[in-house]
Amino acid sequence: MTATEYWLPVIWACLAAVGILIYVVLDGFDLGIGILFFTQKDEEHRDVMMNTIAPVWDGNETWMVFGGAVLLGAFQTAYSVILPALYLPLIVMLLSLIFRGVAFEFRVQAHTKEARCLWGSAFMAGSTLATFCQGTVLGGLLLGIKTTGNHFTGSALDWLNPFSIFCGFALVVGYGLLGSGWLIWRTEGELQAYARRAARCLGSLLLVCIAVVAVWTPMLRSTYLHTWTNSSSHAVAAVVLAILAILVAFTFFRSLKSGKDRTPFLCALAWFGLSYVGLALSAWPYIVPPYITIWQASSPVSSQTFLLIGTAILLPLVLAYTIYCYKIFHGKVTSSDGYH
Amino acid sequence: MVPDATALMLARIQFAFTVGFHIIFPAFSIGLAAYLAVLEGLWLKTGRNVYLHLFKYWIKIFALVFGMGVVSGLVMAYEFGTNWSLFSQKAGAITGPLLGYEVLTAFFLEAGFLGIMLFGLGRVGKGLHFLATCLVSIGTLISMTWILASNSWMQTPAGYTIDPKTGHFLPKSWFEVIFNPSFPYRLVHMGMAAFICVAFVVGATAAFHMLRDRKNGKPVSEPVRVMFSMALWMAAIAAPFQLLAGDMHGLNTLKYQPAKIAAMEGDWESEGPASEILFGIPNMKTEHTDYAIKIPYAGSLILTHSLNGKVPGLKDFPKDQRAPSPILFFSFRIMVGLGGLMILLGLWSLLLRFRGKLYNSPALQWATLVMAPSGFIALLCGWITTEVGRQPYTIYGLLRTSDSVSPVMLPSMIFSMTAFVIVYFFVFGAGMLILFRMLSHQPSSHESGADPENALQNSHAKGATRLAEDLSGKRS
Repeated sequence: MTATEYWLPVIWACLAAVGILIYVVLDGFDLGIGILFFTQKDEEHRDVMMNTIAPVWDGNETWMVFGGAVLLGAFQTAYSVILPALYLPLIVMLLSLIFRGVAFEFRVQAHTKEARCLWGSAFMAGSTLATFCQGTVLGGLLLGIKTTGNHFTGSALDWLNPFSIFCGFALVVGYGLLGSGWLIWRTEGELQAYARRAARCLGSLLLVCIAVVAVWTPMLRSTYLHTWTNSSSHAVAAVVLAILAILVAFTFFRSLKSGKDRTPFLCALAWFGLSYVGLALSAWPYIVPPYITIWQASSPVSSQTFLLIGTAILLPLVLAYTIYCYKIFHGKVTSSDGYH
Repeated sequence: MVPDATALMLARIQFAFTVGFHIIFPAFSIGLAAYLAVLEGLWLKTGRNVYLHLFKYWIKIFALVFGMGVVSGLVMAYEFGTNWSLFSQKAGAITGPLLGYEVLTAFFLEAGFLGIMLFGLGRVGKGLHFLATCLVSIGTLISMTWILASNSWMQTPAGYTIDPKTGHFLPKSWFEVIFNPSFPYRLVHMGMAAFICVAFVVGATAAFHMLRDRKNGKPVSEPVRVMFSMALWMAAIAAPFQLLAGDMHGLNTLKYQPAKIAAMEGDWESEGPASEILFGIPNMKTEHTDYAIKIPYAGSLILTHSLNGKVPGLKDFPKDQRAPSPILFFSFRIMVGLGGLMILLGLWSLLLRFRGKLYNSPALQWATLVMAPSGFIALLCGWITTEVGRQPYTIYGLLRTSDSVSPVMLPSMIFSMTAFVIVYFFVFGAGMLILFRMLSHQPSSHESGADPENALQNSHAKGATRLAEDLSGKRS
C-alpha cells in the first residue's frame, strides 16, 4: 500500500464523518421540532416552531444526499453493502422524510382545520419515524453486517435487535433535545418556557441513553471490547469523553436554570459530538463492521482524488454561504412574523 | 443469494416508478426557476408591477414543487444502493464522484439560497434577492448537467477501463467520462424539455383564467395576459428548436446505440432505402411489426437525412441484446406526436399574435388548456424511450441489468413497492390537488399606491415585510 493509498481513504473517512455529523446536528434539530409536536398541540406555537426551520430545512436535508454521494463516490463498496443490508429501515426512513418534507408547504396551504391538523400530524409522525429509522440504521451498522468478499450475504432483518431498537429510541430523544435547544435559542415567551421544560426532561433522558449505549456497544462484539480495553490511547479517550460529557451536563442544567438562550443548544451539540467520537473510535478502522475496513471499501485513487479536489474547493464555500444564509434569518421568531 | 426474476422486475418497476415521479418535479423546477429569474429581472428593470405579481404568484408554486422534488430526489440518491448495489459497486467509482459534484455544486446552492428566495425579500435588498433567485435557477441547471453526464455515460460509456480482476469500472479520463458522446445532445434535449413543460403549464393556467373570466363576463387581467403571451412565445420558439435537438439526438443514438433506434422504429430488417413505420404493433416473438402503415423512404430520410441511407434492423442484433420494441415504438411516437402538436400550437399563436388577436381566440385558449400536461407526458415518454431502450443493460453493452441488481429478497421488495405506491399516490396526489387549487386563483393585479412594492420603495423595512407575507401567501 502506497502512502496515497493509505492516506486518501483516511482523509475521506474523516470528511465523510464530518459530513454525517453536520447532517446529524442540522437535520437533527429540525427533525426534533417534528418530534416535539407530540407534546405541543397548540397550532399557533406549532406555526412558530415550523417557521424557525422553514427557510433552512431543505439545506439541512441536502447533507444527507451529500453523505450518500460521498459514500458512493469514495467508498463504493461500503455504499453497495450497507444500503441493501439496511434496506428496510432506510426505505421507511425515506418514506417518512417524504411525509415530513411536504408537510411544510402542505400545512401552510391547507384550507381546512382538519387538513392543517392532518399535515401537522404527518410532520410529527414522519419526523419521529425517520429519526427512529436513522437510529436503527446506526445500531444495525454497529451490530455488524454479514459479508462475504465485499458482498452483503445476510438477510433482510439482521439489523433488528434490541440494541438497534434502543439506538432508534435514543436518537429520537437526542433529536428532540436538539429541537428544544433550538427553540430556546430562536423563540421567546411561553414557547421558550415550554422548550426549557422539554429540554430538561429530554436532557436527563439522553444522558441515560448515552451511558447505556456507551456500555452496551463494547459488549456487542469482542473486537469492540478488545479495542477499548487493550489500547491505552482508547482508555484515555474513554475517560476524557466521559469527563467532558459530565462537564457538559453541568453546564447544560445550569444554563437551563439561569435562562441562557444559546447554551442549551450548544451543550446538546457537544453531547452529539462526544457520542459520535466515541462510536467512531469503536468502529475504526472498519467502515462496515466487522469485516470491511475503510481501505477495503475505498473507490480507486483516481475517483477519490477527483472528488477530493472539488470538495476541498467547494465545501468551504458551501459552509460559508450556508452560515451566511442562517445569519440572514437570525433572531427570535414570533407568531407575528409573516413568513411561514 | 441470487435474486429471482420477479425481484429483478420489481426492482426495475420500483426504480422506474420513483424516478418517473421524481423527474416531473426537477423538470418543473428547472423551467420555473428560470421563469422566476426572468420575471424578477424584468420587474427590477422595468419597475412594472405586473412582473412582481407574476413572480409572487409562481414562487408559491415553486416552493411546493421544489419541496416535492427534494424529498422524491432523496429517495433516488439511496435507491442506487438499495436496488442496484452491484451496479453501484461496479460503476460507483465513476457515477459516485459525478453525484458528489452534483451535491457540491448544485444541491447546496439551490437549497442554501432557496430560503432567501422564498422568505428573504423582507430581510435582504432587492439586488441580493434577485441574485438568490438567479443562483437557485443556475443551481437547477448545474444539477441537471451532472445527472445527465452520469446518465449519458451509462448510455454511451467513455473514458473508462475495466479492472480485469474485479470487473469494476475505473475512470481513465474524467473529461471523456463527463463529455461522453451522447451527453451534449441529451443535455440540450432535456433542458429544452424542462422549459417547454413549464411554458405549457404557465400557458394553460393563463388560458384557464381567460376562459373563466370570459364566462363570467370579466375583463382579462394584465398578469394573465402577460403570462399567456410569454408562455406562447416560449412554445413558439422552443418547440421547433426541440424538434431540431431531438433530430440531432436521434442521429447520435443511431451512431452509438443502433439497436435502440431499431427498437424505436419497429424495424426488423436492416434496409436502405428504409420506410418509416407510422403505426404498427411490433411483435418480439414473431420478429415482425404487425399492421404496419409505412411511408416509403421516410425512415432513411429521417435517420440518415438521405433517401437511400441504410437503417439498422433488430435482426442485426442477437435476441438477448434487444430492447423491448413495443414499449419504445409507442413511447417514442407519443413524444414525437406531442412535439408536433406543440409546434402547431406555437405557429397558431404566432399567426394570431401578428394579427393582433392573441388574446381573443377561445379556440386557442382551449387548445392551450388541453395541452397543459403535454410537456410532462412527452418528457416521460422520452425518458421511457431512452431508458427502456438501454435494456437489457444498465451500462450500455457492458453491464447487464440482471448483473446490477441488489441481493435484496422478494418479500422486502414487495413491501417497499407497496409502500412506495401508497405513499407516492397519497402524498403527490395531495400535492397535485393543492397545486391545482393554487393555480385556480388569479395572480393579484392591483395597481394602486398601496401596492407592496411601492411601499417597499417608500419604506423599505415595512413594505418588505408585507411583501414577504404576500410571497408566502399568508397575509391575514
